[in-house]
Amino acid sequence: MSHAASHSTKEHVCWGGGCEHAQHHRLEVVDLSVQYQEVRALEKISFATECGRSMALIGPNGAGKSTLLKSLVGLIPAESGKILWRGKPLTRSSHELAYLPQRGDVDWNFPITVRGLVEMGRYPNLGWWRQYSRHDADIVQRALTSMELLDLQHRQISALSGGQQQRAFIARALAQEAHVLLLDEPFTGLDKPAQENLSRLFKELTAEGRLLIASHHDLQTVEGSYDDVLLLRRHQVAFGPVAESFTPENIASAYDNCEQRTAN
Amino acid sequence: MPTITDFLAEPIAKRALLACLMIGFANGFVSAFVVLRKSALKIGTISHSLLPGLAVAVLIAGLSQWSALAGAIFAALIVGLGSIFLSRTSRLDQDTSMGVLYTTAFAAGLLILKNLDVRQKLDEWLFGSIIGMADSDLWIAFGISAIAVITLTALQRPLLIYLFEPNIAASLGVPVRLLNYATFAVTILVLVSSLQAVGCILSVGLLVAPAATIYLLTNNARTLFWGGGILGALGSLIAFFLSYPLGWSVSATIIVVLGSFFFLAYIFSPKYGLFSRRRGVA
Repeated sequence: MSHAASHSTKEHVCWGGGCEHAQHHRLEVVDLSVQYQEVRALEKISFATECGRSMALIGPNGAGKSTLLKSLVGLIPAESGKILWRGKPLTRSSHELAYLPQRGDVDWNFPITVRGLVEMGRYPNLGWWRQYSRHDADIVQRALTSMELLDLQHRQISALSGGQQQRAFIARALAQEAHVLLLDEPFTGLDKPAQENLSRLFKELTAEGRLLIASHHDLQTVEGSYDDVLLLRRHQVAFGPVAESFTPENIASAYDNCEQRTAN
Repeated sequence: MPTITDFLAEPIAKRALLACLMIGFANGFVSAFVVLRKSALKIGTISHSLLPGLAVAVLIAGLSQWSALAGAIFAALIVGLGSIFLSRTSRLDQDTSMGVLYTTAFAAGLLILKNLDVRQKLDEWLFGSIIGMADSDLWIAFGISAIAVITLTALQRPLLIYLFEPNIAASLGVPVRLLNYATFAVTILVLVSSLQAVGCILSVGLLVAPAATIYLLTNNARTLFWGGGILGALGSLIAFFLSYPLGWSVSATIIVVLGSFFFLAYIFSPKYGLFSRRRGVA
């Protein structure tokens, strides 16, 4: 690929074929607490993970999964604690972290095509006025190709299936050249085959050196979709590899006395 | 009755025609923002609250273009920010607070203006009077139109991301607060300029209908802005030439013409019309 050379000069770009610097790309959260109006939404959350891994946020409704995702990307300020990305405190938004909203939060009738949506990912690079260049177009093209959306690129976004919509948002994150994808309930509303596709896609993305953190509802599909799990209920119940931390006891203490155990 | 060519020879008619084009374009252009922001109703309340602002300004500073402009901006700010304040300091939501606030303000404005000696102006502000435009009015309309089009064009890239999904926008580093202020200011300005053409009661139509029509025809948000502008200007132009021979009021005709465009698109749009089978597929 002709642009591989120009990419490799940018140390921070994780694109395809694994990321050489993955070991440095560490996301560390230390004692993060978030206050949401009168309510303490998150209490002393701590975990550390790195590029090349995927992590599920599990907990009942109102446990703070979305809040954690939003505070990681700087949408909700932390009350106390630290978020360290590649060893430095994350103070403002960075193109290296991409946020993918819940499907229900998106206005699917917005007059935009798949390609237009993916092009939004170039904003951090372009700013207000810089000319959309050949280089930008190539990156968008590659993002569309790797998400198998090339044939659908001129469709309005409501004319996609649920799985395709999710892939379109991932393509936007790829166009943003993000290392870390923060996904709010990516599996919600997808049918079984689409869920399996997305699960496979997660594995490809982490194999390429990206870090995925997703809130997740369905307890049945945690194993097989993620490497790590963070169980939370405002406070942290457990964190670690799925095999070790996703135990019946931990699940019980996250969901104890809660109405719903599995949604969908 | 003089012919339309005689009528157009009058400076008054020329000014009115120019004003129709400029105000129609600027409002149509900004209507793209209003439609994408889904704030049509909010704009309606703010446009009504322009009236008390005009009243107070006339009361304090006497009747002039600039005092009217300042008063209108001031009133829009009071009602806009006041409703936020009311909803935060009580258990009411913002729509309810706004509903009470703007009708109260509108009524108070009516009372003040009726008691001042500006009877004729009152009708103009309520329902517009494009025929009565002076050169200075025309310059204000031109200035406002230019500011609106330039600002929204310059901010288009971050603005569209923000309108699509504010959380994504903020995570990408889009200056969300700045956009909020800038677009609010632009909206107020074009509202004030449309007072001349259609008055504060019908101004919402001019600020919503053009882009609402284009919205049914395109999947490209940029088209919404320029298309809205062109449709706003075209509708105003058609209304201007219709209203003269028919003896209709220009302001009402503008809104009726734009409304007719909208219904045509609603029914016949190839993509999103009532008879379209392939909704959504571009």
